[in-house]
Amino acid sequence: MSSRIFSREILSREGWIRLAVVVTFTAAFEALCRFGVIPRTVVLPPSDMAASLWHILRTGEYNKDILSTLGNVAASAVISVTLGFALGVLIHALPRLRTTIEPLLASYYAVPTFMFYPVFIVVFGVGSRAIIAIAVLLSVVAMIASTLAGLDRIPRVLRKTAAIYRMSTARRAVLIDFPAAAPHLFTGIKLAFAYAFIGVIASEFILSGQGVGYAIAYAYNNFDNRNMYGLMLLVILLATAANTALDTIDRRMQSRTRRE
Amino acid sequence: MKRAGDSLLLIFGIIAAWQVFYWLAGDIALTSPADTAAHLWNLLGTARFWGHAAETARAFGFAVVISLAGGVALGVLLGLNRTSGIVSEPILIALYSLPKVTLYPLVLLCFGLGMSAKVAFGAMHGLIPVTIFTMKAILQIKPVLWRTAHAMRLSAHQTALTIALPAVLPEVIAGARLGFSLTLLGVLIGEMFASQRGLGFMIVSAMGLGDIATIMAVAVFLSVFAIAANALLLWLDRAIPR
Repeated sequence: MSSRIFSREILSREGWIRLAVVVTFTAAFEALCRFGVIPRTVVLPPSDMAASLWHILRTGEYNKDILSTLGNVAASAVISVTLGFALGVLIHALPRLRTTIEPLLASYYAVPTFMFYPVFIVVFGVGSRAIIAIAVLLSVVAMIASTLAGLDRIPRVLRKTAAIYRMSTARRAVLIDFPAAAPHLFTGIKLAFAYAFIGVIASEFILSGQGVGYAIAYAYNNFDNRNMYGLMLLVILLATAANTALDTIDRRMQSRTRRE
Repeated sequence: MKRAGDSLLLIFGIIAAWQVFYWLAGDIALTSPADTAAHLWNLLGTARFWGHAAETARAFGFAVVISLAGGVALGVLLGLNRTSGIVSEPILIALYSLPKVTLYPLVLLCFGLGMSAKVAFGAMHGLIPVTIFTMKAILQIKPVLWRTAHAMRLSAHQTALTIALPAVLPEVIAGARLGFSLTLLGVLIGEMFASQRGLGFMIVSAMGLGDIATIMAVAVFLSVFAIAANALLLWLDRAIPR
């Protein structure tokens, strides 16, 4: 118990240092821009980026793009989590299939999957469907791998307990397997979300007609630095906030399994 | 031997799935495995393809050296002190999961079009995972190893070479594997946006022309290269005695 309180104190101290580091970096960046060391044609000072972001959100100029991106990210994440979980359970149930495709799972992220985006554009046309398809392709394997890891690590004693209670397979799945695998499943959800976000923004950037990624590329092509940096800040803040929140929950769940 | 059989089965399965997909989707969507192989074979015979490939290889070479050397150096620096490790880890993880494509205009404005922007973009993708893996590996070295080194009165040089290096090597190689593939992805995406040369540019220009055969052939070529490099690093990882 005492060690936990101790570690919480340490965390808050390091949390402060972290905050100080980020604030110092931002302030230094601001100063460099203000004193003209970094020209305004290259980067705007952070305060101007924030002002531009505030303007964008207040006028609602880009609301359609923002909603389109968020919708695509949500759709891709939901599809990859559901599909990845289902495939993970299936692959786990078939050991012969698993040994065969294990090398595929191990080297999947080495392949620049993104290079196949043009193929999806030809199949689905420019639009949300091609974007969601490539984002799912990027994120589904992380969910499959996490599902497999979760199912592998269910303690054998829990299975035995289920047998003693004479649980049916369905009851065991709901009452034992799912809660025991949950921390790993959550890691999968976290990764699937991060990959879906990256996939959606990158596809919008390369070829699409709407979305935040498209709006940034469009602003860049028109030398519209104000809107470009405002939108960039929006993406950075959204991604950091979402990933940090998921990461914090993930850590809590992981530490709980370790304590039990 | 059984594993080799499994790999063959897997490759056969992928090609079969591809063929079935081709029958379902038809000529406009993608080319069949046989046609793609034939087209790739033709491409491999042209000087144009090798010019683009050499350009990508050069950018990738620079970027991967920066990612690996810089990542290991940064990781060692941050990992030597517990506090700096704990402070920087969440920041690094936040940077890692950022969609870095968003920052591409910034890179272009800083470096201009061309080689240096591609290298910078590739290094941006690969540097952070290598740093994270190296830093975590150093932080997780067991204290007993340091105490042993101290008890044996090893010099700092000897400690680094005989204690620290073997202890962190597996993790660093795992980081290098990830850094390698992400750097490749970064360089290719960089070429897709703003370049007149390289395999990424070749794919984008083929996309503009609706030339599916070239897209598929180049994508397959890159996939085979990436898988081969990954397999080599995996083998290296297993070959290290623990």
